[in-house]
Formats: sequence, C-alpha cells, structure tokens
Amino acid sequence: MSRTGIPPFERFYESHSGEVLAFLRRRTGRDRADDLFQETFLRALRAYGRLEHGEHLRAWVLTIAANAVVDGARRERPTAELAVEPAVEDERPPVEELAQLTDGLPPKERAAVVLRYGYDLDYDAIGAALGSNEQAARQAASAGVRRLRKEKKER
Amino acid sequence: MTPIETGPVPTVLDERFRAAAAASGDLDVAYDVLDDTPVGPLLVGVSERGLCRVGFDPEPEAELERLARQFGPRVLRTPKALDGVRSELDEYFAGRRHAFDLELDLRATPEFHRRVLEELNRVEYGHTTTYGALAAQVGAPRAARAVGTVMNRNPLPIVLPCHRVVGANGSLTGYGGGLDRKEWLLRLEGALL
Repeated sequence: MSRTGIPPFERFYESHSGEVLAFLRRRTGRDRADDLFQETFLRALRAYGRLEHGEHLRAWVLTIAANAVVDGARRERPTAELAVEPAVEDERPPVEELAQLTDGLPPKERAAVVLRYGYDLDYDAIGAALGSNEQAARQAASAGVRRLRKEKKER
Repeated sequence: MTPIETGPVPTVLDERFRAAAAASGDLDVAYDVLDDTPVGPLLVGVSERGLCRVGFDPEPEAELERLARQFGPRVLRTPKALDGVRSELDEYFAGRRHAFDLELDLRATPEFHRRVLEELNRVEYGHTTTYGALAAQVGAPRAARAVGTVMNRNPLPIVLPCHRVVGANGSLTGYGGGLDRKEWLLRLEGALL
C-alpha cells in the first residue's frame, strides 16, 4: 500500500470490476452495461490520482457507476423521469445515513453531496467522477445542501 | 440493496477497457509482465516520459506498490502500451539488437545514481567495465562500493546494462536479478565464453 493507503489502480480495478459490471447489467441490461463499464472505470481513473485516501473505494466506484447509468439514460431519453438509486451502501454508517438523507435530491446533486460529505472527496475528484468538472461539482453539492436545508425547514 | 452476484469480467470487455485507459493519457504507469523471456518473467513499465521499470520479480505486488509510490497510483496492466518495449527486448534476446532505442524515465532516481547510470549506458554491447572504472568516470574514484549500490538498485536492468559491470579481477561479483541471469546476458553478448 502506498503512503496514503491508495492501492495501485490495477488492484482497485481487479477488486471491483466484476461487481461494477454485475451492478450495471442489473440496472441497464447487457449491451448498455458493457459501454457503461468502460465509462465508469475511465471516470474512476481520471479521478483516482486526486483521491486523498483509499477508504470506501467500493462504494465510491459504485457511485460513479450509478451516475454513469443516469447520464447514459439522460442522453437517450432527455426528458424522462428516472428512477435513480445512486449512492451505495457501505459499512460506514454516516455514509448510509447521508444516502438516506439525500434520497429525495436530484441524482447529480445527491451524488455530489454524498461524495463530498460522505467520502470526503475534493471537488476536482467529484467532477471527474461525475464526468463533469470541478465547478459543476461544487455547484451540484451546494445546490444539494441548499435543497436539503429548505426541505428540513419545510418539514 | 441486495448483494450483487459477480463473475469475472469477460476478456473482450477487460481488454477494451485496458486499451481505452492506455489511450486516455490518464495513466501514471502502463505495465505488462512478459512471461516467457529467456531470463524469466519480466515486469516492464512505461510512463508518459518513457521506460520507467524493468523488474525480475515474478510476483509484481511489491513492484506495483513501488511504481505507485514513485510515479502515482494510476498503475494499470495495459499490454498494448508496451508493444515497442516488448519488440526491442525480443530483438535483444534474439541477438538481433545491440542497443535500445527507448526513451527512459529516471525521474524517481537520485541524482548521483542517475549520473552513474548515464555513464553505464555508454558501455557497449559485448564489453564489460568495472565498478572502480565507472566510479572514476563520474569523478568519484573511491566510490566503487557506492557504484555497486547504484547497480543493485538500477530501475532498468538489461536496458541500462548493469550486467556489464564486473569486479576488478574479472569475477561477476553480483547482480540484482541473480548471478545466473548476469552470466546468461554476458554469454548472449559474447562477453563470456
């Protein structure tokens, strides 16, 4: 393990590629899943060099996969309402709580909030994971937080 | 969420991702293990600057960790990215190539080591030199032992020919990859009868 506990990408890929593919196939069917598999790991690769630590990599990559599904579906049916199930369970309770808490957010905002506050990623890495950029990630996270605050007040 | 049933990723899909990763420009190190060279399995790695590792370790775990530490964690096995290195090594092992025409990435190598390795790189195919002579050439005539250490930590054995460095009395002395390999390489080059 390197100093920060981030394994070489090869090990990360070997550990999680089977599960990511199965997840994608369950969500989208075989053909689409094969394309999204590559998209998911290319996004993960782009963000990987900026990870701060090597914890929760499984949940992290499944979150990226879930977002690739959302993006792929949006490209195909731009106006359709999507049933989204993005962030993924992890052994760490706060992430789970955060996932529940953010259940009602739009998928992008939800992912940005979970990656920022659940996984402690910086916006650069979140942007890469979501297939956008740092600024978009920052906006999505703060929009998500605003929306959560508003919901809380209204409750 | 229910547990996800997983199986191995189909080879086609796996290879397609690895090729796309190599083409993305996002890798710190692309590597492969050449399984059947005459000196056993060789791990070879390239960064965007050039060849950064040749390793004899058949269990590359420690090697991958070291690469991640030195060059960044985005280390992935991508056979295609090593085509050029593979073919030059094949030619060398077949006796058809006497000098390598590869860009080298020595940025993780300390300055003194780099100077010694650059001097080493001038020792031609089929010739040998001594630790003391190399030390003298980098202006440190009493540093033969330090030169030995540099050879032992050479990140690019074979390509940077530390097998061509022998003791003052002509004995093979030592080799990071084991004396058998040193002897084999020197025989290949006709430097040993």
